[in-house]
Amino acid sequence: MNLPWITTANTRYLTRLWLLSAASVLSACQPQLPETVRSGLVYCSEGSPESFNPQLVTSGTTIDAISQQLYDRLLDIAPGSGELLPGLALSWQVSDDGLVYQFTLRPDVQFHHTEYFTPSRPLSADDVVFTFNRIMLTEHPFHAQGGANYPFFQSVDWAGLVKSVTAPSRTQVRFTLSRPDSSFLSNLATDFAAILSAEYGQQLQASGNLSRLDSHPIGTGPFRFREYQKDVLIRYYRHRHYWRELAKPEQLVFDIVPNNARRMAKLFTHECDVVAFPRVAELSLISQRPDVDVQESTSMNVGFWAFNTAKAPFNNVKVRQALALAINREAILQAVYFGHATAANSVLPPTSWAYNPNLSAQQFDPIRARQLLTEAGYADGFSMDIWAMPVQRLYNPNALKMAELMQADLAQIGVRASIVSYEWNSFRRKLGANEHDSVLIGWSADNADPDNFFRPLLSCSAAQTGTNRANWCDENFDRFIAQALLTADQKQRRSYYMAAQQYLSEQMPLLPIAHSQRFQAINSTIKGIQINPYGGIALANATKDIK
Amino acid sequence: MILYLLRRLVLLAFVFIALSILAFSLGYLFPGEPWQNFSGLRSASSEQLAQLTTLYRLDQGYIAQYLAYLTRIFSGDWGLSFASQQPLLQEMLTLLPATLELAAYALFISFFIGIPIGIIAAVKPDGVLSKLISAIAVTGYSIPVFWWALLLIMLFSLGLGWLPTAGRIGVLYEVNHVTGFMLLDILLSDSHHQQEALINALRHLLLPTLVLATFPTTVMIRFTRDSMLDVWEQSYIKTARAKGLNRGQVLYRHGLRNALLPVIRQIGLQFSTLITLAMITEVIFSWPGIGRWLIDSIYQRNYPAIQAGLLVISTLVISVNMLTEILHTLFNPLARKR
Repeated sequence: MNLPWITTANTRYLTRLWLLSAASVLSACQPQLPETVRSGLVYCSEGSPESFNPQLVTSGTTIDAISQQLYDRLLDIAPGSGELLPGLALSWQVSDDGLVYQFTLRPDVQFHHTEYFTPSRPLSADDVVFTFNRIMLTEHPFHAQGGANYPFFQSVDWAGLVKSVTAPSRTQVRFTLSRPDSSFLSNLATDFAAILSAEYGQQLQASGNLSRLDSHPIGTGPFRFREYQKDVLIRYYRHRHYWRELAKPEQLVFDIVPNNARRMAKLFTHECDVVAFPRVAELSLISQRPDVDVQESTSMNVGFWAFNTAKAPFNNVKVRQALALAINREAILQAVYFGHATAANSVLPPTSWAYNPNLSAQQFDPIRARQLLTEAGYADGFSMDIWAMPVQRLYNPNALKMAELMQADLAQIGVRASIVSYEWNSFRRKLGANEHDSVLIGWSADNADPDNFFRPLLSCSAAQTGTNRANWCDENFDRFIAQALLTADQKQRRSYYMAAQQYLSEQMPLLPIAHSQRFQAINSTIKGIQINPYGGIALANATKDIK
Repeated sequence: MILYLLRRLVLLAFVFIALSILAFSLGYLFPGEPWQNFSGLRSASSEQLAQLTTLYRLDQGYIAQYLAYLTRIFSGDWGLSFASQQPLLQEMLTLLPATLELAAYALFISFFIGIPIGIIAAVKPDGVLSKLISAIAVTGYSIPVFWWALLLIMLFSLGLGWLPTAGRIGVLYEVNHVTGFMLLDILLSDSHHQQEALINALRHLLLPTLVLATFPTTVMIRFTRDSMLDVWEQSYIKTARAKGLNRGQVLYRHGLRNALLPVIRQIGLQFSTLITLAMITEVIFSWPGIGRWLIDSIYQRNYPAIQAGLLVISTLVISVNMLTEILHTLFNPLARKR
C-alpha cells in the first residue's frame, strides 16, 4: 500500500533536516578546552574516603584524598632523602634526656575560609594542643567522636608515650614524653598527624554538631573543602591564603571510580587527569599511548603472607619455616607483579637505612620443607586457609591469584590450602578478630622511620589492637624494637633493627614476599606530580601544559 | 468522562494500596529486624528502640503497623538509607530527576524520530527504503542494551575520543542542585561558564540518550508503520478522498490522528520497559539516577532503600501508565464509551 502524497522530495528534505540536527550536536563534541577544564585537575581515585580527618584512618585511599590536600603537619618529610623538614613548625628543640620536644610555630598560617567556617585568627599553639589532646585525653570533647578509634596513634602507643602537650605561649608547643622515642619526630611528620583548628572545634561544640569536625574539614592545607558526594566525587578549591606557594589548580576534584577498567577508560577519554593504581598488567598497554605517561617510583611497602601464630599448627616455628620454603616467589613476582617488584628478604625495603643486607635470600626448597614438616610431626601435611584480600593494593595487586599460585605450591608438600575472601570491610573486621589461619596482605610506610615497619605490624601492642596480622607477641622481638627507640644514635638503632630482622627471618611469623613499585598513570599534559614514597599523594603543584 | 476519571483514580488507589502492602511486608521478609528495615538504623539504644516501637506500633497488630507505615509514607518520613544514613525520600528526590531527564529525552527522541520514520516506512511498504527501515528497526529492537552501550562507548569515547564515557557533566563543573534537571539547573545558574557547562552536559547526555532511545524508537517505528498501514485500509480514508480533500488534509485529519491513537497508548506500555532499560543505561554510564542507586542498594543489601525505591518506581510507572490511558481516552471518544 502506497502513501503517494509523501513524495520522495519530501523524504529527502526530512532526511536532510535530521542530518543537520545531528551534525549540530556533534559539532559540540570537538575537543576544546574551556577555562574550567584548564584550571582544574581531576584525580580519579579507587574508592570513597572513610572520613575527612586523617587521625581516624589508615587506609591509603582516604589518606591520598585528604591528607596532603587539606592539611599540614608540624614537620614534613623530604620525598627523596626521607629527611625531616620544617612544616607548620619553624624549628624545634629536644631536651638532652630526649623527653621534652619544643616546637616554634610558623606565624600567620591561615585556616580555610569556607561557607561553614570563617577563622578569626591564624594558627596558634592552641590548635596543636587541641589536635593531639583529642587523641589522648578521654575528657576531650571530641575524643569519643567516631568511636574513639585512632588506629595509627594506637599502633605506636601514643597515649602511653606522650605525657602532655602544652602551649607555653601562642607560638610554642611543648610535648613531654614518658620515655625517649627516636621515632617521635617521624611520627609527627606522617600524614595522620594533621593539624586541626581549635576555633572550629569550639564553634561546633557551641552548635552541638561534633561530627562535622570529621566530615566538614577545616585545615591549613593547599585546598579547601567544597563538597563530597559519597561514591561520586570530592570537590576542593584552592586555599587563597595558603602560607606556602598557592596551589596551581584552581579546583581539584577526586572522581571516585572503583572499577579499574572504567578508570582507565576515563584516562583515555581525558576525563581523568591522573589515575590512581593502574593495573600492573595493563602498564605496557598504557605506556604505548602518546597522550598518557606512566610514573613509577620505589615505594616503602611490603606484601607478605602472615601466619596466625596463636593457632596450631602455625605456633610451631618449623611449620612456618616449612611453609615459607614451599613458596615459589619467583613465579609470584612474574605472575602477580609482572616483574614490577623486587623480592623481599625482610619486611623492611632495601632503601631503608636500617635494612639488613646480610639476610640470606629466602629459598624455594620443597624437599627441605617436607623434611621440616616431618620433624614438626606433620608428615602427612594438614589443611589450612589462605585469606586473600579482596582489593587491589600496591603491595599486592592480586591477592587471589597469588593465593592460587601458593595453593599449588603448598600441595607439593602435602598441605591442602583453601582460599577465603570476604568483602573488604568484613575481611578487615574478621582479621582484627584473628579468625584467619594465614593471610595475604601488606603494609605501606607512613614515614621514613624503620620503626614504622616493626611496631605497627609485629609488636605485642599491635597484636592487642588487632593490626598485627601474625597475631605474634614475642618478648625478644619487642625488646629489640623498644631498645632501638630509646636511643637517638642511628648506628646503635641500626644494630638493633638488624638484629630484629635476623630474628624475624628465623622466627618467620610472616613471609615477606615483595616490595612493589608504585605506579600512576597521568595525562601527558600534566606536570609537577611527584609520588611520595611515604604516604599520600600531593597534587598542589600539578600544572596543565595546555595552550 | 468524569465517571471514567473517577473509575481510573479508584483503580490507581487500589494499585497503590497493593504496592504499599508489598513494600510494607518487605520490611518483614528481608533479613534483619523490621525496625531496622523501616528506620534504616543499624543499631539503636534501648530508649531509641522503645521510641521506634511506639512510632511503628510494633507492639500492635499488622494492620495497625501498616496504617502507621502509610502515615509515615504520606508525611515524608521514609527512614534512612543503610549506606549513607541520609533520609531516603530526600535522597530519591535528588536522584529521580536525573532518571526522568534521561527517560524524557529518550522518549522525546523516540517520538520525533520514530514516528516520522514510521510514516516514511509506510509510504512504500514494499520499497527498498521501507525494507531497510524495518531491518534496522528489528536490529535495534533486538540488540541488548548493555552491549549496544558498550559498542558506542568503544567507538565514540575510546576510539574517536569525541564523547565522555560517564556521568551527567564534567566533574569540574559545579552546578547547584535546584530542580535536579541538569540542563535546567545550568540555565538557572549564574556562573560565567554557563555555556561551557551546557555544551559539556549535552556531550554527556548524547550517548546515554541515544542508547536508551534505541528501543522505544524502534518500537515507535514499527508501531507507527503498522498502524499507518492499518488505517490506510479503512473505508473512511477512501470516503475522505472521495469528498475531495487533498492529500495533506487526509493525512493530517484522518490518517495521522487515527494512526497515532494506539501510539499514545504505546508510550504508557513502553514506559516500564524504558525505566528498566534506564537502570541498565545508568549503571553503564555511571549516570547518578535512581536506577543505578537501586541496583547499588541491592548489591549493598540496603533494605530500606530497596523498599522505598520499589515503591517510588512502581508508583511512577503505574501513574504514567494511567496518565497515557487517560490521554488516549481523551483523544478517542470510542474508548470512553467502553
